[in-house]
Amino acid sequence: MENPYLPYPVRIEKIITETEDRNLKTFTFSFINPEHEKKFSYLPGQFAELSIAGKGEIPIGIASSPTEKGYLTFTVNKVGLVTSHLHNMKEGETMGIRGPLGNFYPWEQMQGKNIVIIGGGFAFTTLRSSIIYMLHPENRNKYEDITVVYGARTPGMLLYKQELEEWEKRDDINMHITVDATQDPTWKYNIGFVPTITEQKIKTADNAIAIVCGPPIMIKFTQPVLEKIGFPPERIILSLEMRMKCGIGLCGRCNIGDKYVCKDGPVFSLAQLRDMPPEY
Amino acid sequence: MKGRLFTKKEWDKALRELSKSQKIFVPAKEKDFHNFTVLDNNMEPDFDFQNTRLSPKSIVFPQSERMFEYTLDETSPDAHILKEAPKDFPPQAVVGIRPCDAHAFQIVNVNFDNPEYKDPWWVRRYRATTFVGLGCNEPCSTCFCTSVGGGPFSEKGLDILLHDLGDRFLAKAITEKGIEFLDKIGSGKEASEQTLKKAALEAEAALGKISSSVPTDRLKEKTEIELFDAPFWEKIAFPCINCGTCTYLCPTCWCFDIQDEVFRKEGDRIRNWDSCMFPLFTLHGSGHNPREKKVQRVRQRFMHKLKYYVDKYGNGVACVGCGRCVQFCPVNIDIREVFELMNGY
Ligand SMILES: Cc1cc2nc3c(=O)[nH]c(=O)nc-3n(C[C@H](O)[C@H](O)[C@H](O)COP(=O)(O)OP(=O)(O)OC[C@H]3O[C@@H](n4cnc5c(N)ncnc54)[C@H](O)[C@@H]3O)c2cc1C
Ligand code: SF4
Ligand code: SF4
Ligand code: FES
Repeated sequence: MENPYLPYPVRIEKIITETEDRNLKTFTFSFINPEHEKKFSYLPGQFAELSIAGKGEIPIGIASSPTEKGYLTFTVNKVGLVTSHLHNMKEGETMGIRGPLGNFYPWEQMQGKNIVIIGGGFAFTTLRSSIIYMLHPENRNKYEDITVVYGARTPGMLLYKQELEEWEKRDDINMHITVDATQDPTWKYNIGFVPTITEQKIKTADNAIAIVCGPPIMIKFTQPVLEKIGFPPERIILSLEMRMKCGIGLCGRCNIGDKYVCKDGPVFSLAQLRDMPPEY
Repeated sequence: MKGRLFTKKEWDKALRELSKSQKIFVPAKEKDFHNFTVLDNNMEPDFDFQNTRLSPKSIVFPQSERMFEYTLDETSPDAHILKEAPKDFPPQAVVGIRPCDAHAFQIVNVNFDNPEYKDPWWVRRYRATTFVGLGCNEPCSTCFCTSVGGGPFSEKGLDILLHDLGDRFLAKAITEKGIEFLDKIGSGKEASEQTLKKAALEAEAALGKISSSVPTDRLKEKTEIELFDAPFWEKIAFPCINCGTCTYLCPTCWCFDIQDEVFRKEGDRIRNWDSCMFPLFTLHGSGHNPREKKVQRVRQRFMHKLKYYVDKYGNGVACVGCGRCVQFCPVNIDIREVFELMNGY
C-alpha cells in the first residue's frame, strides 16, 4: 500500500540567503532517486512538506516552476523549530520532501486572460513559480498581459532580486515593484504599500484574473481595491496558510468549515471564501 | 443464518482458545470502570458492563503510533532517510464492542480511507479487525444512539452481533468475516424460533429504554456561516476548561499530531491523538492563531460533528450518541443541548 506520509529523500544542492535580515533562504533540492522526480509532478500554487529527520515537517509553497527540470526550490522564513534547523543545514545534506500537495492556481480558467499578480513579503514564492511558468516559451502565448505588483518592507527584503531585474527588462511582463519605505537614493521603483500601488497601476479588470498572496493585512486592504477596479470575487484568487501536519486532509487540523486547506486549498477564490466561515 | 447459541462457558473457553492464535480484545474491569484489553490467561473478560470508559478506537487507531524510523548516524548510508516502521497487521477481533462504538468506526473510516488518500495504518488494521458487537439490554440514561442512526441492537459496522440471554449468548453473523469468526468459535446450537422471538422482544424493549433523544432533521438547512455566527456559542463554551476529555473519550474524534522523537542517534516519527480543544492545535509559526479563543474551539468541535461532517459526507452526524462526553465533561457541557440549539436555530 502506497504510504502518503513517506517523504522522498532529497539532497540540498544550493542555499541562497535572500534578504538583508538573513531570515529568508532559498533552498534548491534534487531527488536522490530519479524515479521520485517523475512522480513529483506539480503545478504552480501547490506546496510540499519539507521533512527533517529528528525535527519534523513543515508545509512550504513550491517556488520553482514545473518548467525548471531536475530540481525543486523553496524559500523559507526562519520562525520556529523546523525552519531554524533548516536554516542551519548545509549544501550536500540529506532530508525529505513529501508532495506535491494541495491544489494549484486555476491554470485552465486563466488561459486567454490578462493576469494580475499581487504579492507581498515572502509570500511571493508560488507567484515566482507562476511567473516563470507563464513566461516559458511553451506557455507565454496562452496568457494575455501579465502584470505584477510586488512589495516588500525595504529593497533589501525583496526576494529573487536578480530575476526581478530581468523581468523589468522584458516587454512581455509589466513589473511594478514597490517598497514600504527606503533611504536609498538610487531606488528607481515605487514607494508605497501594495494596495496603493495596485490602485495606481491596475486600471481595468476586463478579461483579467488576479492572484493575491501576502500577509493577512495586505490581503485585507487589497481586496476592496480590486473590487473597486471591477474584479468580481470569482476572479480574485487567494492562497491561504494554516497550521498543518498531514497535508492530505486526514489529521483534521487545517479546516475552515468543511474544507481542508491542505487538500481543498490552499488556493481559493474570494467567492469561495465568502461561503466559508471567516476562521483563518 | 438466524443465530447460534453458546453458553457463556463455551464462549469464554472458545475465545481463550482462539486468543492463542490471534489478538482478541475484550472488555475487562479496571478499578471501577471497564476498558478493552487483550485477552490472555491472566485476565477475566467481563461482559457485564454498560460501556467502556475509553472508546475502543485505539484498537485500530492507537493513541500513539510509530510511523517511521530513521538513523542520524552519519556513517550509515541511509542516514536521515525515513523508513516505514516494520509492523504486521494480523487478523484481530474486538469482542463485546457496543453497537454505537462500531458505528463510530464506519464514521471515521470515510476520513482515513477515501478515494484520494488511504491512511496505511488505519486501513490495514481496520480491514484486519473483526467487530463482534454486544447489544445493549440496559442502555445508559445518557445514550441517544437511536436519534443518530444507531440503536441498542444496531448492526452497523458489525461483523457479528451478540445478544446476552443471561447464561447464553445468541450470536448472529452479519458479514463473511463474521461467519468465518463464528466458525472458529465453534458450532454452538441452532437457536429455536422461540429463543429468537424472545431475543427480538428483548431488543424491542431495549429500544424503549433509550430515554434521551436529539433532533437532527434541520442541521442541513442552515448554511455553515449562519450556524457559525449563531448567538449561542459564548453561552455553550463559557464553563469549558479546555481539558480535552471530550475529544479523547469520543469514538469519532480522529484528529492527530505528528512529532519526531530521537534517542541518541535513532529516531522515530510518531503520530499522537490530538485535540481541537487546545490552542496549540492551530497556532501558526508567526504567532497568529485562527482559533485562539475557547469559544472558537468549542464551536469547532460541535460544528465539525454536527455540521461540517454532515455537509461533507452526507451520511449523518459524526456522533453516535454514546454519551461519554456528556458523562465525563467536568463542567457538564451536554452535546444533546447543542443538538437542540443548532437544529432549532
Ligand atoms: C500552504 C502553506 C505554504 C507555506 N509556504 C511557506 C513558504 O513558502 N515559506 C515559508 O517560509 N513559510 C511558508 N509557510 C509557513 C510555514 O509552514 C511555517 O512558517 C512553518 O511550518 C513553521 O515551522 P517551524 O517548525 O519553524 O515553527 P514552529 O512554530 O516551531 O512550529 C512547529 C510546528 O508547527 C507547525 N506550524 C507552525 N506554523 C505553521 C504554519 N504557519 N503553517 C503550517 N504549519 C505550521 C509545523 O508543523 C511545525 O512543524 C506555508 C504554510 C502553508 C500552510
Ligand atoms: S460526541 Fe459525545 S456522545 Fe457523540 S460520539 Fe462523541 S463522545 Fe459519544
Ligand atoms: S470535556 Fe467539557 S470542559 Fe473538557 S474540553 Fe470537553 S467540553 Fe470542555
Ligand atoms: S494538514 Fe492534516 S488535514 Fe490538513
